[in-house]
Amino acid sequence: MTDLATRTAGVAATPVRRRRIDGGGPRAGTVAAFVTPFFLPFLLFYLVPVGYALWQSFRVVRRSGGQYGTSYTAFGGFEQYGEVLRNTEFWSSIGRIGLFGIVQVPVMLFVALIIALLLDTPLLRAKGFFRIVAFMPYAVPGVIAAIMWSYLYSPQLSPVVDLLNGVGLHPDFLGPGAVLWSAANVSTWLWTGYNMLIMFSALQSIPQELYEAAKIDGASDWTTAWRIKVPIIAPSIVLTTVFSIIGTLQLYAEPAVLRQISSNISSTFTPNMLAYTVASGNNYQQAAAISVVIAVITFVLSFGFMRLTSRKAGL
Amino acid sequence: MNNLTTTRESRAGRTAAMGLMLLLAVYFLLPVYFLVVAATKPQGDLAATNGLVFSHFDLFENLHVLFTRSDGVFGRWALNTVVYAVLGAATGTLISALCGYALAKFRFRGREFLFSVILGGVLVPTTALALPLFLLFSATGLVNTYLAVFLPSIVSPFGVYLARIFAGASVPQELIESARLDGAGEFRTFFSVAFRLMTPALVTIFLFQFVAIWNNFFLPMVMLQKESLFPITLGLYEWNGQTARAPLLQESVITGSLVSILPVIVVFILLQRFWRTGLAAGSLK
Repeated sequence: MTDLATRTAGVAATPVRRRRIDGGGPRAGTVAAFVTPFFLPFLLFYLVPVGYALWQSFRVVRRSGGQYGTSYTAFGGFEQYGEVLRNTEFWSSIGRIGLFGIVQVPVMLFVALIIALLLDTPLLRAKGFFRIVAFMPYAVPGVIAAIMWSYLYSPQLSPVVDLLNGVGLHPDFLGPGAVLWSAANVSTWLWTGYNMLIMFSALQSIPQELYEAAKIDGASDWTTAWRIKVPIIAPSIVLTTVFSIIGTLQLYAEPAVLRQISSNISSTFTPNMLAYTVASGNNYQQAAAISVVIAVITFVLSFGFMRLTSRKAGL
Repeated sequence: MNNLTTTRESRAGRTAAMGLMLLLAVYFLLPVYFLVVAATKPQGDLAATNGLVFSHFDLFENLHVLFTRSDGVFGRWALNTVVYAVLGAATGTLISALCGYALAKFRFRGREFLFSVILGGVLVPTTALALPLFLLFSATGLVNTYLAVFLPSIVSPFGVYLARIFAGASVPQELIESARLDGAGEFRTFFSVAFRLMTPALVTIFLFQFVAIWNNFFLPMVMLQKESLFPITLGLYEWNGQTARAPLLQESVITGSLVSILPVIVVFILLQRFWRTGLAAGSLK
């Protein structure tokens, strides 16, 4: 008791300690020492590049004095953006990635949901094994996954092609129509397990009593899954969709690897490949504008999807 | 009667479920199995024999070729990958933990604003950062150095987000208060009390950041020209691009892919439970 009293008195006596009683916070210097090791690199390697890209996207290269004149950069307003929007290669890369996303994302998430639901029923045996097998591709970087699959697509080496040839099918996984879907397959292989695990974690946190009630009402496993489980984990499904939209728009490594073995992938196949190609041609201002447009489309789609689904759910 | 149909139904359901899962398991395992088989074959057998069947067992010869090719550059790439991904993720986890802990446990002006700015960073795609970073780094002479890949890699806004949640949930305020009353400084409190309580969470943060760096192909590709600085992914990508001219490289690309993914897969399986805590917390967003 006396001990506490002296302590409290001591606390009240020094201003530093009094602040602790008020807000429970240490001195500003201490806070800075905790926050700065992260914030400084965050500022330098996240915020500054974002700002720099924005600034660059409003610059243009001008020439003075004709063909042999010197070039300099000047403020160009929305000139670079106008050029992006007039660039047919930009729109075809967006179209390609849009088609990819509209097909690949729902297919992948549907498969992920089915696996998550199956792992959550008593129907399966060896659940731990299946969970690990589905998640395992997440340990493989996109480049290596694409290399592995490109061997399975290659007409000379692939046992899959051999097998299909044997039954009279002659697929050309690297042909002009198919190569987009071959790339989509690599993404599906890579990310299904990751998305499944997000959904599965959500399923595991549903209280068991809910199922008891459904069982008493005579609901089958099937009804329980679609009427109870899926609506409850809807937020996780929305989250995985948003992650997938972001990932699709960033696509680079997988098509870049397939480009090494297929002439049907151009250097401007995806928006990011286009940005890199433009930057390689030293047109950094145009590349910056393309990157900004991709980022804006990503934001709009992600937020749009979240708004749409939350309104539908009546939230 | 009713009981009988439900048993039959559930047996049919069980068979269908197992069948479907087995099919999916084949899909997920097929490329890895192919890689294992192909890595054990001599180059000549790659095209000449069935890709799913073992032929002449040449794995050790392939490994020897892989690690001695171009003065052992593959070993160098492996070492670089450890520097970028393991050291980078460890540094990143530490700074994320410090920042997340401060955001969860200290009250200071601008705290919520700071947190919102960091959360906004989660939404910035890392590929969008690579090109402007390249220009900034060329101006400062950092391009084509270890730091060009290492420094941007240690920043993980998602790690701070996770650290804040985990610190809030796993470090009781009373413990911090009593450590303070015992006269411990804030850093000592963090390292001796909070750090230990947050350890499982820190493993999760480490794993997420490790994968992000291990997966990030665009940044090293933009930053590095010197082969001796490459991570494995970029090195294998370059080799893979040369196989048209040098077909003998194919076997090394295959063996190299296998050698680089196997240890990571094993670690993933061993640390499974940490993924689930992280993914569950991530979906609270």
